Amino acid sequence: MTKLQQPAMAAEDGRATRPAAVPAEAPLAVRGLTVSYGEKPAVFSVDATFPARAMSAIIGPNGAGKSTLLKASLGVIPRLSGEVFIFGQPITKARNRIAYVPQRASVDWDFPTTVIDVVQMGLYRKVGLLGRLSGQMTIRALDCLGRVGMADFAHRQIGQLSGGQQQRVFLARALAQDADLYLLDEPFAGVDAATERAIIDVLKLLKSEGKAVVAVHHDLSTVRDYFDHVFLINVRPIAEGPVSSAFTTANLQAAYGGRLAATHLDELAMVEGR
Amino acid sequence: MQQFLEALFLQAGYNAALVAIGAALLGFAAGSSGTFLFLRKRALVSDAVAHATLPGIAIAFMVMVAFGGDGRNLAGLLAGSALTAWAGLLIIEWIPRRTRLAEDAAIGAVLGVSFGIGVVLLTVVQTMSAGRQAGLESFLLGSTAGMLFQDAVIISIGGSLAVFCTWLMRRPMTLVAFDSTYAAAMGYNVRRIDLLMMGLVLAVTVIGLKLVGLILIVAMLIIPAVTARFWTERAQHVIWIAGGIGAASGYLGAVLSASAPGLPTGPIIVLMAAGFFVFSLFFAPVRGVLSSVIRHRRFQVRVHRRQGLLALAAQHPIREPYTLRLLAQEGLVRPDGVPTDAGRAQAAKIARDERRWDIAREIHQDAGLTGRYDGLTPIEDVFTADEIAEFDLRLGSPVSVRGA
Repeated sequence: MTKLQQPAMAAEDGRATRPAAVPAEAPLAVRGLTVSYGEKPAVFSVDATFPARAMSAIIGPNGAGKSTLLKASLGVIPRLSGEVFIFGQPITKARNRIAYVPQRASVDWDFPTTVIDVVQMGLYRKVGLLGRLSGQMTIRALDCLGRVGMADFAHRQIGQLSGGQQQRVFLARALAQDADLYLLDEPFAGVDAATERAIIDVLKLLKSEGKAVVAVHHDLSTVRDYFDHVFLINVRPIAEGPVSSAFTTANLQAAYGGRLAATHLDELAMVEGR
Repeated sequence: MQQFLEALFLQAGYNAALVAIGAALLGFAAGSSGTFLFLRKRALVSDAVAHATLPGIAIAFMVMVAFGGDGRNLAGLLAGSALTAWAGLLIIEWIPRRTRLAEDAAIGAVLGVSFGIGVVLLTVVQTMSAGRQAGLESFLLGSTAGMLFQDAVIISIGGSLAVFCTWLMRRPMTLVAFDSTYAAAMGYNVRRIDLLMMGLVLAVTVIGLKLVGLILIVAMLIIPAVTARFWTERAQHVIWIAGGIGAASGYLGAVLSASAPGLPTGPIIVLMAAGFFVFSLFFAPVRGVLSSVIRHRRFQVRVHRRQGLLALAAQHPIREPYTLRLLAQEGLVRPDGVPTDAGRAQAAKIARDERRWDIAREIHQDAGLTGRYDGLTPIEDVFTADEIAEFDLRLGSPVSVRGA
């Protein structure tokens, strides 16, 4: 749909309020992105730049277009306008540098497949149509399972897993892709505390290896502990920047409007005052 | 019976042997290529596609007669049926994408309308005097009468191609069936893979028209896959087991209908497949009805046993007759509910297990291990001996406490 355009040209379509130039090393940058279901925009004219070697959160109320932003960045759903740059390149050229962790609830967990099979799906592109999943590939998949603490579950049917375990398997599949940018759609939704810690440990390790992580995140109380960078959205972009400067009560109020419960604000105020 | 055995070992004549082999090949192709349709939860698409072949058959007949050819040329009829089936497939794919209608509505519309058109056109064909039209109705339910060598060749070539494509595309198709969003994120063209999957089904439908007929071919595509699902938890195995079940149904069905003249082949083949299905439904090892009843029953016994023993340990009376009967059977209580020596020992053991679990959960606050506490699993199954010794140390023995 979108022809290959140089970042410099994208800058020219004059978005006055934001920095429009796309830094070539930015793992993910979108410019003027609009996505719409029917005639109601889910994401409208969004500019965002997610930094390298950092963990970024996409934050906003339900229906704010967080998942849509992620999916449109990946080219999973078509965009109405705008451009996406992965390390300064269009997605078609950078596909193998991205790994994606979809929402856990998006698949049927009674599907006939085992844990190790799911992780090996992350290797399908590398293996190709005719290639064999060699022993080395299996070792790699097992290694990825080990990193999320699931090595003992390799041959379980996926229907026997708990919610947290399902999420870990999805993360292991993304790890198998060995990407430079990890996009996660609500990785902590409905998982147990142990899993949340296991996942965050893996993500922090990725960051220390120089990878970039971008996650749709719901739990405002953990943003400061987990993330370096935030992007607030409510269909339109609200704010972006380092957690210390962009994750403010004022910005949250702007993103959530009346939907931000007072109790939540108190909680945040306490964290802020810390 | 003799006729059946002769047919079973391909001794019942050239035609019967041809039909049996053809039906087995068709069954294999249908079972394996139908697997992904089932896994993608689009089983009914095949029914609509099959019905959409009928107008093509009639139109191809009329065109061939109009040009002075033989209206019953099989290659021509199949080409015509493939054309309208493909059109039907595209409409089913297009309607949910471009309108607010769901896929089931599109399937219903295409199925009904195309079958209606087909029947009307068939009636028109009946009234045409030229072209020896008799026999087109056999495409509805299939027929083996007058199956030619060339028909078997068409089935084996087309079937092999379909199986080869299924094998080649098994990974992308599995991925799309399981998690299409992730597939798209990895750069697979989901729409094209879906079309290919349905195209394979269409191909098998077309080559199977003559033998099984368009009304029942859907059963050949779906029943083997559904049946295979009972026996395995891995998609790549479902494909081949489904192929095997399809082949066996095709072969046995053809043999049976050859041994008893007058039995229609298509329905018999489908009934064979249904036999495999019903058997699997009840007797499959893990997913079968019988197995799940047994599993539930065993679980119930474990629950009652544990509850009963805990009640004994706490010196509460056991009121539930089933629990009492269960413990009495094991010789743990007397019929009046008073524990025997063995019962007291077991009760003490279970009570200690519970106390160890309490400690374990205290020490291992968050470890996945304590997540395995379900009130039933013995602690020895989860923790190692030295860990349990550690719990016991904390627990202390009641005797030594008293002594101190």
